[in-house]
Amino acid sequence: MSLLIYAESQDGKFKKVAYELASYAKKIADSLGTTVTAVTVNTGNVSELSKYGVDKVLKVTNDKLANFNAKAYADVIKQAAQKESSKIIVLSSTTDSLYLAPLVAVGLDAGFASNVVGLPISTAPFQVKRTAFSNKAFNITEISSDVKILSLAKNSFGLVETSSSASEEDFTPSLNDADFSVKVDSVEKASGKVSIADADIVVSGGRGLKGPENWHLLEDLATELGAATACSKPVSDIGWRPHSEHVGQTGKPVASNLYIALGISGAIQHIAGINSSKVKVVINTDAEAPFFKVADYGIVGDALEILPRLTQKLKEFKANNS
Amino acid sequence: MKILVCISHVPDTTSKINFVNGDSEFDTNGVQYVINPNDEFGLTRAIWFQEQQGATVTVVNVGGADTEPTLRKALAIGANEAIRVNASPTDGFFVAKQLAEVVKNGGYDLIICGKESLDYNGGMVPGMLAGLLGFNFVNSCTELTVDGSSAKASREIDGGKEVISASLPLIVGGQKGLVEEKDLRIPNMRGIMTARTKVLTVLEPIAADNSTKAVKFEKPAPKSAVKLFSADDLDGLISALHNEAKVI
Repeated sequence: MSLLIYAESQDGKFKKVAYELASYAKKIADSLGTTVTAVTVNTGNVSELSKYGVDKVLKVTNDKLANFNAKAYADVIKQAAQKESSKIIVLSSTTDSLYLAPLVAVGLDAGFASNVVGLPISTAPFQVKRTAFSNKAFNITEISSDVKILSLAKNSFGLVETSSSASEEDFTPSLNDADFSVKVDSVEKASGKVSIADADIVVSGGRGLKGPENWHLLEDLATELGAATACSKPVSDIGWRPHSEHVGQTGKPVASNLYIALGISGAIQHIAGINSSKVKVVINTDAEAPFFKVADYGIVGDALEILPRLTQKLKEFKANNS
Repeated sequence: MKILVCISHVPDTTSKINFVNGDSEFDTNGVQYVINPNDEFGLTRAIWFQEQQGATVTVVNVGGADTEPTLRKALAIGANEAIRVNASPTDGFFVAKQLAEVVKNGGYDLIICGKESLDYNGGMVPGMLAGLLGFNFVNSCTELTVDGSSAKASREIDGGKEVISASLPLIVGGQKGLVEEKDLRIPNMRGIMTARTKVLTVLEPIAADNSTKAVKFEKPAPKSAVKLFSADDLDGLISALHNEAKVI
């Protein structure tokens, strides 16, 4: 009956979302009087999970799982859930977890609610709040199936430390050839860059930056903040920046702690994609730009002129506060 | 190659989102409906396969009669025929079961869905369809080529991309990149005229249970006004981000 989470790792280290997931599942488990089990894949040291309330870790070690494979990983999670007789499975909202979640749902005949933004509103009937209409609204969803799967929106719960001691157990699910029928030929990852999905801070530029030749100013600010860089749709459409940086309703979603928009007016589709960010800052020459209606902090001014000064000021601020 | 493109009928991205009947239903008043953008990228790629590799393209939607103009638009863009499963798409699992039935009866080689719809944002139908049929599946797909019975695809991952190969039949959860924005087609008059005479088959749904239901909707709480700083007061902004918002 234990709650099951899939604690994602990269290069043998847990992602921050794994700890958020553990914190969240612990809270639900407490209210139901049960425990939290985490399943891990090729993660060496799993002891960190116990800091966030995990009671038991099922460790899967298998060279065939070195590359992510949705079907095989879904099979691992399904078998872990069956072993633990889990009725509630909590997944994160990373690209990989959203890829495998519906496969697990079919495997366990489970109802699935994605983009969940908080603890269940009630557990009988089981109701959760999730975002819908591209962050323009919330939707209360009731899951009626016996087994339930939730995927938690990033940064919607936070980390809660609890002292517990997790028992560890090696787990060997039975995998077959059909699990590996989709083959990964190569993986291309920009090294040394913070990805938009993982970033706590995202710095984003729009047409107000006037041209690709000015982007180094934005990159300097991003480096200073340890931030990922992003851009508005027009900027990627005219080819100033690659499509992989386009954030918004039809681009990548952003749910960072801080989102800084430079020279972006804030079309409704852009706002929909970034609205899950906790704190939003806008710098734009047009005081009437719609972004000012959704931002927490703003400066009416020329982003190009302000950018280098802001980077310099942050440098000084960091020097004084370290 | 027989391609099935699954289409969601969704409010235009500029729509104002409101609810009626005690916040239990979406307010369709004055809302323009479009082909879900993620699906439209997939449809346009399917039309490319039709023109370059002789594929046939069927579009399918699970929805009421009011969604037929959206299917007609897909026909006007170039799809060969359309199917509408006559049921309200209230739950991802339910929709996936209806689509699985259409796939089984139609013998499709390639099924292209959008990775998520822009209304409920469930993001589960393509994966559930793959699970139900046991077909190969690529989600967040940004590139797709087919040679005989084998496909090559790129998948967007956090911070990069993955190149994947798989044999048909294949299910794709597509997005921008399958084609670019500039490749999207606006139906021309000839397309619109031919679309009127193309076959649109209406099928009754198979019996299937819902595992979830939308109980209620809420709009986000109104936001407090933006706090403005002058362009000369960057220290003020930095101090607010550090002391008040605690994000730097």
